[in-house]
Amino acid sequence: MPGRRGCTLPKLTPAEEACHLRIPERYRATQPPELPEVSELDVVRHFTNLSRLNFSVDSHLYPLGSCTMKYNPRICEKIAALDGFAGIHPLLPQLRGGGMLTQGALEVLYETERLLTEICGMGAFSLQPMAGAHGELTGIMLIAAYHRAHGNRRSTVIVPDSSHGTNPASAAMAGYEVVTVPSGPDGCMDLEAFKAVLNDDVAAVMMTCPNTLGLFEKQIHEIADLAHAHDALLYYDGANLNALLGHCRPGDLGFDVVHVNLHKTFATPHGGGGPGAGPVGVVPRLAPYLPVSQVVKRSDGTFALDYDCPKSIGYIAPFYGNFGVVLRAYAYLLLLGRNGLTEVADHAVLNANYVRARLKPYYDLPYDRTVMHECVFSALRQCAKGVHAIDIAKALIDEGFHPPTVYFPLTVKEALMIEPTETESKEAIDRFIEAMIRVARLAEADPAAFAEMPQSTPVSRLDETRAVKAMRFGV
Amino acid sequence: MSFVANTPAQCAEMLATIGVPDISALFDDIPPRFRVKHVDMPEGLSEAEVYDRLHRLSHRNAHELTCFLGGGFYDHFIPAAVDSLCSRGEFFTAYTPYQPEASQGTLQAIFEYQSAICRLTRMEVANASLYDGGTALVEAALMALRITGRTRIVLDSGVSPIYRHMMRGYTRNLSIDLDEIEVAHGQADRARLGAALGEHTAAVILQNPNFFGAVDDFSDIAAQAHAKGCLVIVSVYPLALGLLKAPGEMGADIVTGEGQSLGLPLSFGGPYLGFMATRMAHVRKMPGRLAGETVDRLGRTGYVLTLQAREQHIRREKATSNVCSNEALCALRSLVYLSVMGKQGLRDVAWLCAKKAEYAKQRLSAIPGVSVKRSAATFNEFTLELPIDASDAVARLVDRGIAAGFPLGRYYEGMSNYLLVAVTEKRTRAEIGHLAEALESVL
Repeated sequence: MPGRRGCTLPKLTPAEEACHLRIPERYRATQPPELPEVSELDVVRHFTNLSRLNFSVDSHLYPLGSCTMKYNPRICEKIAALDGFAGIHPLLPQLRGGGMLTQGALEVLYETERLLTEICGMGAFSLQPMAGAHGELTGIMLIAAYHRAHGNRRSTVIVPDSSHGTNPASAAMAGYEVVTVPSGPDGCMDLEAFKAVLNDDVAAVMMTCPNTLGLFEKQIHEIADLAHAHDALLYYDGANLNALLGHCRPGDLGFDVVHVNLHKTFATPHGGGGPGAGPVGVVPRLAPYLPVSQVVKRSDGTFALDYDCPKSIGYIAPFYGNFGVVLRAYAYLLLLGRNGLTEVADHAVLNANYVRARLKPYYDLPYDRTVMHECVFSALRQCAKGVHAIDIAKALIDEGFHPPTVYFPLTVKEALMIEPTETESKEAIDRFIEAMIRVARLAEADPAAFAEMPQSTPVSRLDETRAVKAMRFGV
Repeated sequence: MSFVANTPAQCAEMLATIGVPDISALFDDIPPRFRVKHVDMPEGLSEAEVYDRLHRLSHRNAHELTCFLGGGFYDHFIPAAVDSLCSRGEFFTAYTPYQPEASQGTLQAIFEYQSAICRLTRMEVANASLYDGGTALVEAALMALRITGRTRIVLDSGVSPIYRHMMRGYTRNLSIDLDEIEVAHGQADRARLGAALGEHTAAVILQNPNFFGAVDDFSDIAAQAHAKGCLVIVSVYPLALGLLKAPGEMGADIVTGEGQSLGLPLSFGGPYLGFMATRMAHVRKMPGRLAGETVDRLGRTGYVLTLQAREQHIRREKATSNVCSNEALCALRSLVYLSVMGKQGLRDVAWLCAKKAEYAKQRLSAIPGVSVKRSAATFNEFTLELPIDASDAVARLVDRGIAAGFPLGRYYEGMSNYLLVAVTEKRTRAEIGHLAEALESVL
C-alpha cells in the first residue's frame, strides 16, 4: 500500500540536519528501491503464516538421513543473543590491545577448538569454515599447501562413489581432478579398485565414516596405511560424526584432516538451509597451514589472535567463522559433557538399529548389517507396484512426518535413508515406523492412491520441469 | 544433559527387538584398538550452570563501547520484529527445503528474498545466499572465469583488503592471474584500470562505497570493460542503496555484497550473509541455490529449488560451486528487515547514516591537525588523517568507552596516521560530540 510503513526512525538534530550532504546527483539513485510498503503487523502476519507452511524439528519428526536433524536446545539461542556476544564488532581484536576487549569471545573460540580437537583426536582445529562444504574446501586447500611445501604438485583426489556431492565439488574447486572408486558388495569402498587408482599423484582420499549407508568402513585403517604409503592424505567428511562421539576418533583411525558440521552433530539449528559451521581439524604436521588468524592461550592465561602464520593458506573467512554458530555448539558441548557425548552416539545408533529391525519385513534392506546412526532401505519392492521412493516420501508428509532422504546414496536404487537421531523417543519413532508400515501396505493394496499425495499440504506435488522452463526467480 | 529421551525400560525393549544384549554390541564394527578409552572433557552441566558461565564470559567482551568501527560491518539498528519472526522454530529448525510441499514457508521466503535483492541492486536474478560478502566475491570471480573462458581478474584496491586477502588465498591453487590496481586519491584509478583490461581479462572487480568510504559511479569503467568483452563485478554495501545509484544502473554484470547491515547482529564476525545477483543470461553459470516459482497438480502457485543441475549434489565435480549449506536464516532476517523498513524506511535509514556521517566529518575535521582524506563524496564512512599514529589514538579512546574507528595502517602501507570512521543511524549527536572531544584530547 503506497505510503504505508512498518518502522519509524529517530529524527536528526538541527545541527545534523544543517549539514549539507556532499554526494553529487550522479552518484545517487534516481528512485528508491521498490520494497514493500506495509505495516509492522502486515510483516508479522505474513511471516508467521509463512512459518506455518514449514515442517521443522520443532513441529515434526525429521528423519532426514545424513543431515542429523536433532533437537536444538533453546538455551543455546538465548546465549547467542546475549549483547556481550551478539554486539561485538569483529574488528575489535585487530585494534591495538584489542584482544583484551574480547577475552570472552576468544575463550569461547579457544575452548571449542580444544574440545573438538579432543573429541576428534586431531592436533589442532580452525573454526573459520562457515559450512561443511566450506570446511571441505579448506581441508583440501590445507592438503594442497602441505604437498606444495614438500615440492609436490599432485593432481588428483579420490572419492568413493557413495560420497556426498560436495566432496568432488570441493576437490574440483581447489584445482584437483576427481577419481571415483566404486563400493564393494559389503557397502564399503572396494579395496582392490582403490589400490588400482592409488599412486604418487594422489593428493588426498576423501571418506565418510560411517559411510553414507550408515556402515562403519571396516577397512578404514588399511585405506589410511595405503594412502600414507604414497604420502596421500586421508580426509574425513564429518557429516556422520554423530555416530562415533565418545566411541571412536577419526584421528585414531588414521585421518589427517577432518571437518565437523556444528549444525548437525552439535545441535545448532540449520535455519532452512543455514547458517552452519564446518570447523576443520588437522594432525600436528598440518597445523602450520591452518587459516589466519589462530586463537592462542598465553602463559598468563589470556587469549590472543595470532596473525603471524607464514605457512598458512590465508583468510578463509573474513574473521573467525560463524561465531554465533560456534557459540551455540560450545554451549551444547558444555551441556553434554563427557558422559552426554557418549550417550548421543549410543542412542543415535540404538534408534537407527531399532528402525532397521522393525521396518526390515516391509522394505528391502540392501545391506543387512548392524548400522551406525542411520539406515538405508530401498523401495524396490514397492517399485514393482509402481510406487517409487519419492511417492513414499510424499505419503509420509500426509502422515505428518518429514520424509527420509531419498535417492541418496546413489549406490542404492530407490534409496530411503532414515536417521532418527538420539533426541527422538521410542514413542515418536514407533509412530513413524507405524506410518512407514501403513505406507508399505498401501503400496501393496492401492498403488494408484500415491499419485495424489501429498494432500494435507498447502500445495500438492509441484511441477519441477515447469520451474526450470519458466525461470521465475523473483517478482 | 544429552537430550536423550529414551528411558532404560524403553532401551531394553528396543534392544530386544534388535536382538542384541546391550548398546555396546551395536558398536562391534569398530575394531577394539580404535575404541576411545577416555575423553578429556568435563562432566555435563545443567542449563542454569551453562547459562551462568556463558553470561559471565559475555561480560568479558567490551560490548558497551560506542561503535564507530566499520570496515564493511556496521552497528545498525535491528527492529524487534526481525528477531521475533526469525526465532520461530518452524523457520530455524527446518532443513534445506528438499521436500518442497513440506517447506513452502522457507521456499517462498527465499523467493521473496531473491526478489528483494534484485530490487535493491537492480539486477535480474539473485541466488538464495552465500556465506558472506567475501566468499560471494570469490564465487563471482570464479563465475566470471566460467562465463568468459578467460584467466585474468583485475581487482581495484578500493575493494576491502579482507576480501582481497581471501581472493588471493582461494585462487592460489588455480590458474588465475590477479592484477591489483592501486586507487588514485582514494578512488578507482580510471587510467590504470583501463590499461589493465585486455583480451584475457574475465572481469574487473570494484566496490561501492570503497574501503575508504568513497562513493563512485562505475558506469564509465563498465562501458570500457564491456568494450573489451570483460565482465564487471561490483561489491556493494546494501544499506547504501537506499540512497546511492544501484550497480545494475551502472552496467554491472555480477553484484555481490555483505548483508550484515540488513538486520544481522555483528556477532563477532558471523553468521553473516553473502548475496549475489546477476543478469538472467548468466543464471546457469551462477553458484548456489535458487528458488523458482511453479504450480502444483491443481494449478496452485508454489515454490521449488530449481536449476539444480548446476549444483554439487547433481553435477558433483562439474558443479558451479561446492556450496550446500548457505545462510538461509540470515537471508530471512534481511528479508524481514527490508520488509519492515520498506521503501521509505530504507531511504530514511540511508539518509540518516549519510547526514550523521557528514556531521561527524565536519566535527572531527575541525580538530586542529585532523583532515578528511582520500574520500571526496562519502556515504556513512570516511577517512581521516591524524597528526599521530591512528592505532595509538584508537587505543587511548578505548579507555574512554569509544571504538573510534579502524586504523588503516593495518592493511595499507604508509597509512599509519589514517583512521576509518563509520557512523550509523544509531550514533547520536552527543556520541559524535563525545568522540570529537575525546579525539582532540588525545592528539
